[in-house]
Parts: sequence; structure tokens; C-alpha cells
Amino acid sequence: MAYFLFRRTLGFVLTLLAVSVVVFAVMNVLPGDPALTILGMDASDDALAALREQLGLNAPLVTRYFSWVWNALQGDFGLSHSFRVPVSELIAERLPMTISLAVAGMLVTLVLALSLGITAAAQHRRAGDWGVMFLSQLGIAVPAFWLSILLVMLFAVKLRWLPPGGFAGWSDPVAAIRSLILPTVALALVQSAVLARVTRSSALEVMRQDFVRTARASGLSQRRVLWRHVLPNALVPIVTIVGMQFAALVTGTIVIENVFYLPGLGRLIFQSIANRDLPTVQALVMLFAAIVVTANFVVDLLYVVIDPRLKART
Amino acid sequence: MRRLPANFLLGAVLVSLVVGIAALSLVWTPHDPQTMSIPTKFASPSAIHWLGTDQLGRDVVAQLMAAARNSMTVALVAVLLGGSIGVALGLLASALGGWVEDGVMRLADLGFAFPALLFAIMLAAVFGPSLTNAVLAISFINIPIFARVTRASANQIWTRDYVAAARAAGRGRFAISRDHILPNIAAAIIVQATIEFAVAILAEAALSYLGLGAQPPASSWGRMLSEAQTLMYLAPQLAIYPGLCIVTAVLGFGLLGDGLRDITDPRLARAR
Repeated sequence: MAYFLFRRTLGFVLTLLAVSVVVFAVMNVLPGDPALTILGMDASDDALAALREQLGLNAPLVTRYFSWVWNALQGDFGLSHSFRVPVSELIAERLPMTISLAVAGMLVTLVLALSLGITAAAQHRRAGDWGVMFLSQLGIAVPAFWLSILLVMLFAVKLRWLPPGGFAGWSDPVAAIRSLILPTVALALVQSAVLARVTRSSALEVMRQDFVRTARASGLSQRRVLWRHVLPNALVPIVTIVGMQFAALVTGTIVIENVFYLPGLGRLIFQSIANRDLPTVQALVMLFAAIVVTANFVVDLLYVVIDPRLKART
Repeated sequence: MRRLPANFLLGAVLVSLVVGIAALSLVWTPHDPQTMSIPTKFASPSAIHWLGTDQLGRDVVAQLMAAARNSMTVALVAVLLGGSIGVALGLLASALGGWVEDGVMRLADLGFAFPALLFAIMLAAVFGPSLTNAVLAISFINIPIFARVTRASANQIWTRDYVAAARAAGRGRFAISRDHILPNIAAAIIVQATIEFAVAILAEAALSYLGLGAQPPASSWGRMLSEAQTLMYLAPQLAIYPGLCIVTAVLGFGLLGDGLRDITDPRLARAR
């Protein structure tokens, strides 16, 4: 068990390091002069030289990489060119929005997908099953940003129940929650399409097993059999997908925040691209990639909690 | 003849429709997709403009057709480019084994840490947004996917007797990979390619919607949607058609991929 934890943690740290090398390499090694990118084609040579000095571009690459990683580990991602404040400050300001959106999206996804998936499995080859499968096939094909636009057209433009976008802050919690409803739904519907399918097929697999027949034969209600016996045993593949989906969800927030003009990290990344603010983009890409890697790591650890047999084997 | 699965048939119909329209746009569109005509902006559907015109008076049908062609081209290039690199790496990993296999698979793991969107964001930040960068980003995420599928399928074939016979006959690992492994895993790769085609269409649309893909004046479903979003109150219909096109294309390739999988691997089909 300790060996397993050690190996996984080591792998996790190495992957993070490798990711940081890739991010740094793409942003710094590929042909292209950041100073030129920031100042534009008609900048004077003096201005370019001054900015290169300011950005520390004259130091050797390896030195720059290590100082970037070292500073980042201490929460220092450098200075944002466009906002003229530390990148870490920008991140701290916008992180709560992105986290709230991702967590709310994940919760709605789980509730929707598990209920739909289990219902479909219980109704195998009947109307409910076909309905869920059809919806999920459709959900996989619908882009989240188009679904968002449709939701806004219906609930904001036509019915006027909810705001079309923007976020006024948490000082008015009711207004804040109202402006997060549509983004959360848009994020969750698409994700739950995938998860519902996995839940269904995983539950079907379990329902063929003898202990389920025994549970039924001993007179347990269908509901109790499904939720207490089938679902817990169907969790391993579901958790794998949930881990992957959390990653998809977090990058999905980048899209959704831009559709709904929400002041989170995803919106910040696009403002930074438009402002040619490379240190901010670099920090945010690293942050998002780190979240993806961490999600996968947590899933690996969760396996052991869910399936004690894996613990015995490792 | 065995009956073809329903998802395969429906997928084939949708794909033929989208690919047919994309091909048709090479030789004919009802109007030029780029020609603006401000006096006839926001025109309703009519005999001249079947689905009306947009905010600049451009014909919506013509734009949708041109966008279909662009979308298919992007997906084709991205899947071919990323797929061939991934398949080559997967074959290499399987043929050589040992540290090469480990190395390739760790690299593939690393690739999964970068969704296409993040990669496109990095490229856009360094080089400025362009369709080429979007294609590169989508190709890149295809590499680890194909490397994994190829290696997993190839490893199974390497254990077969006919491969052992070829080795006994003195054939090299690369010759065996080319002549025996590749033809026998082609079905799995084609299935994956079809599914990734759908993913690539979706990715291109999202990147273009966010301004990281097709740049004006190139037509793209994603870009049409981002323009339509600002006109939701004036012309909501403009936000409908491009989305329907994306769903049709993605659904088509997705169903076709599922159908092909059911046909080539009947055990899976029965299990579902």
C-alpha cells in the first residue's frame, strides 16, 4: 500500500514537472520573440531590447525555466504586462468563480448522470433506456457553447427568467446564484451525456451478476437493489470517467466563462491572449494542466478506496 | 448478408449528407459566401436566400456550405496528421518494447494533460490565433490517442502464431509491423479515426467560436455562432443553423464510428 502510494505520488510529481517543461518550452523555445509579440511589428529596437531585459529573456533558457518553476512553487508567477499586478493576484481574484462553476457543474453532472444511467439500465431495452441513450448521443454531439446560446435565447431573451450573462459579485447572493444557473446547466448537460452512458453500461454489467439476482430473490425492492447493490459495484469505471470529466469540466469553464462573460480564469486567459500578456497565459495554462493531472492522480487514489481488492493487489 | 446496425446506417446517411454538401461547395454555392450586401441584411428566408442573410447581407446557406468544407478539411488534416504520428509511435512502441515502449506511453500520458483548448491557447498566445494553429493543436491531441489504441491492438497481434512464423522466417520487426501488424489492426484504427473526426469537428467549432481558429473572412460554423451570439435579440435564427450543422456532422461521424466498431468487433456489440 505504501509502495503504491509512493509510486503514484512520484509519477504525479514527475508528470507535473514534465508538463511544466512542455508549457515553458512551447511558450519560450518555439521560434517567435515574446517582446515582438507584445510590442508589435513596428516597435523600435531599443524598446524591444528594454522589454527583453525586463522579461529576463537574456538569461539562458534553463536558468529561466528553473527560476520560473522555483518562483511558481512559492506562488509567484511574475508580473502581468497588461494588468500591471502580480499574476498570482489575478488568479486569486478569479479562482473562486472558476471553482464554483466547476464544482456546481460536477455536482449537477453527477446527480443527472447517475440517475439517468441507472434508470436506463433498469429499463434495459425499453422506452426509458432508448430515451436516455438517444439524449446522451445527442448531448455528446451538441457543443457546450451552442447549448449555452440556446439556453440564453430561451431563458434570458424570450422568457426573461434569468440574466443572459455577466456577474455582479457575491454581495447579492441571490443575483449571483441566478447568474450562475445557466452556465452550470450548460456545463453539466454536455458532461452528463457521456457519464450517463458509462453509468448505464457499467450498471448493466453488474446487474448480470449472481449477487444481484440473490438480492432480488431475497425480496429487496428494485430501488434498493439498484442504489445499494448495483451502483456501488459499478463505481470503478464511473470514477475513471468522472476524473477525466472533471478535467474536461475545468477546461469547459474556459469556454463557458467566455460565453457568459463570467470573470473567472477562463475569461482571464482570453483577455491575456488579446493583450499579449504571455506570463499570465503561461501561468494559467500551467494551472489548468496541473488541475487535469491532479484530477487523474486523485482518481488513481480513489480506486483503492472504492475497490479494496486493488489495495490487496498493490 | 448480415443486417447492418442502425447506428452505422444513420451515421452513414448523415456523414454522406455533410461530406456531400462540403464537396458540392467546391464547385457550387447558391451565392458567393463572402459577398456582402448591406441593403439586404437580415433578409428572411426566400427563393433567393433559402435561409436568409446575415448582418452583412451574406447568404446564410452559402456560408454554411463553405463552413462545412472548412470544417471537414480541418478535421481531415488533424486526424491524418495526428493519427499517422500516433500510429507510427504505437507500432514502434509495440515492435521494440522495453524502454522505448515505456517512453512512448509516458509521453502519451503527458499528452493527455493538454486538452486541445489549452494547446491552442498556448499556440495562439505565442504566434497569434490562426486556423493553422487550431489544426496543429487538434492534431497534437490525436497523437497520444492513436498511439495508445495502436499499441494496445498491436501487442495482441504480436502474440499470434503467424507473427511468430514470420519472425522465425527471419523477417525484421519493422517489416512485420508493416506487413502483418498494421493490416490486422487497421479496423481498430479506422474506428478510432472516425470517432476522432467527430471530436475534431467539435474542437474546430469551439476554437473558432473562441476566436482561436478560423479568422475572418473564412467561413466557420463556430465563428458564425460567435457572431450570431451578439445578434441574439435581432436575428435569433442565425444562432440556430450553424449549431444544427455542427450537431449533424458530429452525430454522423460519432454514430458511424460506433457502427463500425459494432461491425468489426461483434463481441462488443453483443455486450452492450
